[in-house]
Amino acid sequence: MKTHLHIDWTSCDGRGLCAELLPGVLDRDDWGYPVARGKTGRDRTDVPLRDADREAAQEAVFLCPKLALSLLDGRTPEPGTRVPGR
Amino acid sequence: MSPAKDTYPTAPLHAIQDNRGQEPRLLAAGPDAGLEQHLDTFGPWEPNAAGAGLLEALGEAGLTGRGGAAFETWRKATAAAGSGRKGLFAARPVVIANGAEGEPLSFKDRTLLAHAPHLVIDGLAALAAALGGASMYVYAPAAGLPRVQQAIGERPRGNRIRVVQAPETFISGESSAVVNMIGNGNAVPTDQRRRLSESGLNGRPTLVVNVETLAQVALIARYGAQWFRQAGTAADPGTRLVSVSGPAPVRDVVLEVPGGAQLSAVLQEAGMDPAALSAVLVGGYHGRWVRPAAHALSPVGPPDRTARPGAGVIHALDLQTCGIQATARIVSYLADQSARQCGPCMFGLPAMASVLNRIAGGETNPRLASELDRLGRLVSGRGACRHPEGTTGLVSSALEVFAADFRAHLSGYCTGPGGAAA
Ligand code: SF4
Ligand code: SF4
Repeated sequence: MKTHLHIDWTSCDGRGLCAELLPGVLDRDDWGYPVARGKTGRDRTDVPLRDADREAAQEAVFLCPKLALSLLDGRTPEPGTRVPGR
Repeated sequence: MSPAKDTYPTAPLHAIQDNRGQEPRLLAAGPDAGLEQHLDTFGPWEPNAAGAGLLEALGEAGLTGRGGAAFETWRKATAAAGSGRKGLFAARPVVIANGAEGEPLSFKDRTLLAHAPHLVIDGLAALAAALGGASMYVYAPAAGLPRVQQAIGERPRGNRIRVVQAPETFISGESSAVVNMIGNGNAVPTDQRRRLSESGLNGRPTLVVNVETLAQVALIARYGAQWFRQAGTAADPGTRLVSVSGPAPVRDVVLEVPGGAQLSAVLQEAGMDPAALSAVLVGGYHGRWVRPAAHALSPVGPPDRTARPGAGVIHALDLQTCGIQATARIVSYLADQSARQCGPCMFGLPAMASVLNRIAGGETNPRLASELDRLGRLVSGRGACRHPEGTTGLVSSALEVFAADFRAHLSGYCTGPGGAAA
């Protein structure tokens, strides 16, 4: 079962602590918010993790000052059905 | 009506489908239809009986959501039905008729609510019955509410349906924003760790369904899946409403077209000559620019020959309008409509709008186009809702369709009327 690191963008303030803890997984964008390396689409909100990164991800979850991170264990993320504007 | 039986991909998509033969289904009861007129046209109605077997019928019909994402309706409904039954204290599910139409170029849901509110309510009641007696809500902008309330008043057990006003913002109809508004009075999307079908309004399994989708549900409940499939294609069965707008003197019209309809035929039916248009925005502000020729309207199919109808918006540009300026205006609007909750959306969309406006305004730095592309890649996929990727999808279609105009702008001259229309 795949683990995903879920980023709650409505909580994240982009100070970038997570990117320091998970340098192989997360980069920072122009404004300091985390960007999943090498991922596209919604994989950048529910970031698939390699087993090797799981522990560091857990650490980031605990240390994120805004409680913006969480681990989704063995659950497939929400399919892309949510479209704004209607 | 000409029942089109072609199947994708065996039948050629460019085979012209005759939209003009499409008999009205959703608006068949005529303007301002009251309950009597509605029942005269569509026949008698017993929502509780309609609930049994409804989800299976929706699956056979192949109905997809008409609000934008084109997700299979039976799948969504089955998910909500399933989570309602789980656990010790089974939570009663909620069904919400979503009539919010924040998309400025969309008016088909408004039209449907004005003329066929009873069909929408029938579909709502049928789905609520199919989910074992779910609570019912209608969510609609202020202008549509009196008509909906009047229709509810005409119904025998109408008082069980609650009505909530949707604010006039672009994202007010996003499904988690709908639930958030009804629950907390704040129509902005929420982060979704849990699906709405598991935990939505007050933690109950929640189904947010576009009003046209509900009207289609009502027709399938009455006449069955096979009847539904008599229009459209195997891959895109049934009909859909589209809001068509274009250059003056064309008047904005709502048309009912079969699935897989040819874009050029739809434009003609609305009174436009496809040859006199430079590009068509299909699917709305989160849609795509395409050339008017040789595209079928369908949520599935190869992107060079199909355009996803999204929320059913079709907006044509004449040869005199600069596609880059038009896109810049739209992206500025979208940036302004960001709920400003998610960093990449809050900062990224205004950055994209600013680059586009610089290009549209005549700045000749050749790096601007790649900067636009880079920003698009940076924001897409990173938000609580799909506003960032919806916006970048539009921009990348502009970069593609108006490529020659971009080159012209960036090298210091605008190709003038018609841009560099192919
Ligand atoms: S540590 Fe938390 S708040 Fe900081 S950038 Fe990462 S997710 Fe955002
Ligand atoms: S992605 Fe943008 S529009 Fe969507 S919730 Fe976040 S800030 Fe709001």
